[in-house]
Amino acid sequence: MSTENNVRIKAENVHFYYGDKMAIKDMSMNFYDEKVTAFIGPSGCGKSTFIRMLNKMNDLVPHTRAEGSIHFDGENILEKGVDVVKIRRKVGMVFQKPNPFPKTIFQNISYGLEVNGEKNKKVIAQAVEESLVRAALWNEVKDRLHDNALRLSGGQQQRLCIARCLAVAPDVILFDEPCASLDPISTNKIEELILDLKKNYTIVIVTHNMQQAARVSDYTAFMYLGELIEFNSTDKMFTVPREKKTEEYLSGKFG
Amino acid sequence: MKNKIIQALGFSLITLSVIITLIFLVGIIYLIISKGISVISWEFLTSVPRKGMTAGGVAPAIVGTFYLTVGAVLFALPLGLACAVYLNEYSPKGFIVNIIRMSINNLAGVPSVVFGLFGLAVFVKFLGFGVSILSGSLTLGILILPAIISASQEALMAVPQSIREASLALGATQWQTIRKAVIPAAIPGIMTGVILSIGRAAGETAPILFTAATFYKRGYPTSIFSEVMALPYHIYALMTEGTKPDLQTPIAYGCALILLVIVLLVSAVAIILRNKYRSAYVH
Repeated sequence: MSTENNVRIKAENVHFYYGDKMAIKDMSMNFYDEKVTAFIGPSGCGKSTFIRMLNKMNDLVPHTRAEGSIHFDGENILEKGVDVVKIRRKVGMVFQKPNPFPKTIFQNISYGLEVNGEKNKKVIAQAVEESLVRAALWNEVKDRLHDNALRLSGGQQQRLCIARCLAVAPDVILFDEPCASLDPISTNKIEELILDLKKNYTIVIVTHNMQQAARVSDYTAFMYLGELIEFNSTDKMFTVPREKKTEEYLSGKFG
Repeated sequence: MKNKIIQALGFSLITLSVIITLIFLVGIIYLIISKGISVISWEFLTSVPRKGMTAGGVAPAIVGTFYLTVGAVLFALPLGLACAVYLNEYSPKGFIVNIIRMSINNLAGVPSVVFGLFGLAVFVKFLGFGVSILSGSLTLGILILPAIISASQEALMAVPQSIREASLALGATQWQTIRKAVIPAAIPGIMTGVILSIGRAAGETAPILFTAATFYKRGYPTSIFSEVMALPYHIYALMTEGTKPDLQTPIAYGCALILLVIVLLVSAVAIILRNKYRSAYVH
């Protein structure tokens, strides 16, 4: 395993405000290629807010403001006038609750290709199959690609959302508590998938579940009240945390 | 004990309300069918009126009502949907949008004869469309616009934010998101608005009084600039004009029956369409 880590995203002195309320305070950290970075911390600590800055989803919320810089792909994506569509295409996202479109399984995946200008039916069909294979869903749905996606189980829906995200070929995939609404077996499948996907992508995952962070991530960031308390390799964080607050959280004293 | 009596009384009252409502509803249907069914025949449905409206059929009025209603929906649906999308998806939320929304709701309360006068002034005279299908359709279209806008707006509001986020996160523009993800998910609700509007447009008399309808016309309309016969106006004319009420009244009830059936049929098509989309969107 190489020890050279390529920085894919570099966040420096990032602040974020909802109106006057500061939600993220002075965060600086790196995200590495082919690594899984997990965010842990109690509810409302700013984990989701922070990762939603990485694909500009917070732009949808009125009266918000960001400071600092997040360097990705040669530009500071917090600057005004960046091409959000381009960024979102390169930084995919899987949400907390599976949110397939009320369309067929096939259409759910072809959607991202079509909005990005792909018209060739053969290319689309091939991409649909490849994405479903990579999301470990192909065998379960190959005979019913034209069924409504909402008839799938929750775990299958979430894997469909992952496939949908893979189809547009992002560099980074953000998982915002992807297993929050899933049963243990489905959760296990998603975790295996994340470990498999990290070979090709930069992965960021927010989780409420410390064991999950320990199982899937290479790096862990612990956030508390909008601040990054500790950021370290997952091994170190879970065995010898530097900060007292981290130790208290990991041992279940609060959260 | 006292509470139980109050409860029994309360439930009796609301049950009674339902029964009274049903009596009126059944009464209307019974009256129209019993008085109108005698004149219904193949000839009545397919031929033109004869002998000063006292014999023959009402086919031109059926055709006219169909054209006017379809025209109104064709005009009001795209316009209303576009307004709803603007108000719900695009406009900055705030004071001005609230004013616009309130104005649209108030438009729904304007008496229909006022729409008729407006249509006469603007479409018939100012734009020079004359008394025609076009003028009548546009006037009816404006009449049903508020209903279509508010139904569409509610339908758009009911589309979960997560659908918009899913689309945007895949690199879709806001426009693509609205067109390819949000509107398709809102179609069942929009169709509900259309269904209600069809009934309204088909049945209104006052808006077409000065803009489209004529009591008698030889043959069928040939273009959107033709004036037409229409069922609601035909009923009105049969009951207020002419010299043979004993012959005219059954024909008026026959027209009312046809009007009801047309509205039911068109609504049924809309409901089938809606359910087709709804089954695709179990939420």
